[in-house]
Amino acid sequence: MTAILVVRELCKNFGGLAAVDHVSLEVRADELHAVIGPNGAGKTTLVNLLSGDLTASSGSILFHSSEISSLTPEQRSRLGIGRSYQKTNIFPGFSALENCRLAAQAREPRALNWFRDALSYDDVMKQARRALDAAGLADRANELAFALSHGEQRQLEIAMCLATDPQLLLLDEPLAGMGAEESLRMVNLIGRLTASHAILLIEHDMDAVFQLAKVLTVMVDGKVLASGTPAEIRANREVQTAYLGGADKT
Amino acid sequence: MTHITLPRPLLIGIALLLALFPLFGATYYVQLGAKILIMAIFALSLDLLVGHTGLVSLGHAAYFGIAAYALALISPKYEAANLWLTLPFALAAAATAAFVVGFLVVRTAGVYFIMVTLAFAQMIYSIFHDTKLGGGSDGIYIYVRPELSVAGFKPLDLESPAQFYYLALILLVVVYAILDRLLHAPFGRALAGIRVNEQRMRSIGYPVFIYKLAAFVLAGILAGLAGYLAACQFGFVNPDILAWHQSGIVLMMVILGGMGRLHGAVLGALSYVLIQEAVSAPALLGAYSKHWQLAMGSLIVVIVLVLPHGIGGFIDVALRRFSYTHRNGDRDDAI
Amino acid sequence: MFYLIQLLNAVQYGLLLFLLSSGLTLIFGIMGVINLAHGSFYMIGAYLAYWLAKLTGSLWLAIPIGIAIAFGIGLLLETTIISRLYRRDHLYQVLLTFGLILVFEELRSILFGDEVHGVAVPALLDFSIPLTETLSYPVYRLFVTAVCLGIAGLLYLVIHRTRVGMMIRAGNSNREMAASLGVNIPMLFALVFAFGMALAAFTGTIAAPISSVFPGMGNQILIICFVVVVIGGIGSINGAMIASLAIGLADTLGKVVAAEYSGVAVYLVMAVILLWRPQGIANKA
Repeated sequence: MTAILVVRELCKNFGGLAAVDHVSLEVRADELHAVIGPNGAGKTTLVNLLSGDLTASSGSILFHSSEISSLTPEQRSRLGIGRSYQKTNIFPGFSALENCRLAAQAREPRALNWFRDALSYDDVMKQARRALDAAGLADRANELAFALSHGEQRQLEIAMCLATDPQLLLLDEPLAGMGAEESLRMVNLIGRLTASHAILLIEHDMDAVFQLAKVLTVMVDGKVLASGTPAEIRANREVQTAYLGGADKT
Repeated sequence: MTHITLPRPLLIGIALLLALFPLFGATYYVQLGAKILIMAIFALSLDLLVGHTGLVSLGHAAYFGIAAYALALISPKYEAANLWLTLPFALAAAATAAFVVGFLVVRTAGVYFIMVTLAFAQMIYSIFHDTKLGGGSDGIYIYVRPELSVAGFKPLDLESPAQFYYLALILLVVVYAILDRLLHAPFGRALAGIRVNEQRMRSIGYPVFIYKLAAFVLAGILAGLAGYLAACQFGFVNPDILAWHQSGIVLMMVILGGMGRLHGAVLGALSYVLIQEAVSAPALLGAYSKHWQLAMGSLIVVIVLVLPHGIGGFIDVALRRFSYTHRNGDRDDAI
Repeated sequence: MFYLIQLLNAVQYGLLLFLLSSGLTLIFGIMGVINLAHGSFYMIGAYLAYWLAKLTGSLWLAIPIGIAIAFGIGLLLETTIISRLYRRDHLYQVLLTFGLILVFEELRSILFGDEVHGVAVPALLDFSIPLTETLSYPVYRLFVTAVCLGIAGLLYLVIHRTRVGMMIRAGNSNREMAASLGVNIPMLFALVFAFGMALAAFTGTIAAPISSVFPGMGNQILIICFVVVVIGGIGSINGAMIASLAIGLADTLGKVVAAEYSGVAVYLVMAVILLWRPQGIANKA
């Protein structure tokens, strides 16, 4: 199975600080690759670099073997990369359905259309409902996004990504701030998604990570400390001292 | 949750009432009515930018004025120009200016956007004020209004106040209808998304720059339409038509009327013109009536402090107290 | 020699712009308020200079009295009206301060009429330094340049070397943090605002003998200040200095090259900068 995403020697410097320091990793299709590490390790910066929200100082990012590091976020999205945010980043005043509909509409070639009512585009509406359904929000479609519970909003975060029909999902701490039951639901959701998407997952919740991930990369201080299967990582002494030993489970 | 516009039956009723107005009003009021209709088009054009896309432009009068000057510059001195030729030309001029400026300013955000739109409008003002291009600060007269003729027959004689009023009304209805459609269409919904969360719109794949530029140009064209009509009505064009004072006034109309609602922009234009009439009438302030802007300015300050959502928002809240919002299953609820 | 005179004029104009723009950019950077009426205070300063100089016979007296009056008005304005704008959207700040412009312009019209007035250069400085046989340069302009440089230096010292400056810079980057560290934010804001207005008025006062006193003078120069702030970056004093001088040069150059279109030169510079660096020169990406 070839890698859908290849990151090579990626660096991001803020002044004198190397937030991401020569990071390399690969994500294969149908595989969940988790990135873990203590706070401040540079994980979210890494995701920002991959999604295009930040520009890299050096290094390369290859998606389907093409270099994408100079592309804008919107260009990367259109290539098939979807990204969810650690801090919920939805359209609060719109309904859950409208949130997904907007995302689905982005793929619609006639999106600059001025005349027909947007709700009459059946394929867009279907795609939006499908995404909501996949995220388990089918019965909350008409609720306004700000009225959803925190867990439901995190689900909506992911639903919006799904509505753009991506091949690669960049999930930034999807379980952030969730209670036990909501976390379980989210883990199941992500588990279902691995069948059809390549996923790069940033998470602090170790149970979830070890349950879902096929490959793990540990980042500390912007650098990759270790990378391998969950078993290998668990056995890795360096990782144990740096992270898992005194692990901060959120 | 705001509905973008009023229910259709209500709109049709209002349009009919407006159509009946010239039959009853004295000439002065018919002309005032036409002025309000023209300002309503102007306010609608800015509302598209400010209320729906979230782009606060403080230089919108530039496109209003460029279309007006375009008409003045290509009108023959003592004959009627052909509306079918001059109107598209004026709109094209406004569109071109909006495209060039838009291309430069849409890349900025927030306060920077406000400042650069103002600056470019001021640049355009300088061009018309300092150079001989538009007759400098003296301006240009349009002695005869353009002629609207179809195959030798004149459906509307624009020299007649009442018929000019009807032209303005028809165009307002058309613009309103276009914007209503547009805002429910994919393009309009995307603009709404950009207003609420631009970063997320990029993240899901929208070329936000293009959308904003398109909105900017469209708003410029509609402002140009209003400017063309204003030049026709007033018969005189000078740099004041592009001055930032004018930009401030139309922004005020939009905000006062309540943003994000089409009827709000119309309401704002109506309110402004009526307030201006009232406040500058000698009956009210006597010898100080030429200083009516003092009262207008103070009123603006008070309104902004006291009514956080403008007059339109105030009316909305008041109406909600009397009639509990009925969820009529209207598609607007999806927004 | 002719070019030397133009250069001196450009620098002098640029420095006046800097004084005015620094207040604008600081108020925006620290309090997050876009204040369209900033230009009105420039006008207030100029008209006060005209009126007080006529009253007392001396521009020297007019300057401190004018500053004090402007500071007082600024303080009053901030505590009653401006302070309510801090949490509001920029849109409403623009609208309200636009209303203030109308009020100030009409008050000016009622109190002082609509004609152009001249303000006499103080006798002490009313002479010129000869540069060549035929060309000479007015000392008053050199005086203005010197004063502007002095104040610029003072501003820099205060902002970077004093506790007040530290509080200002802290408030600039993180209001809540500064407040929780004990900085009295409301008082700081009131003082910064009043100071900004007093500075604007002072600029108007010393500029009055050069530019005359006329309706709309405040608004005209305000827009140029906006260009300075856009180019220099919001909240950046250094950026304001660079941008002001650049604009002073562009404007003067424009007048020399094509008098009619000189007004456009400034905006062309802005257009170029926008294409190159939309976030301003001094601010980081």
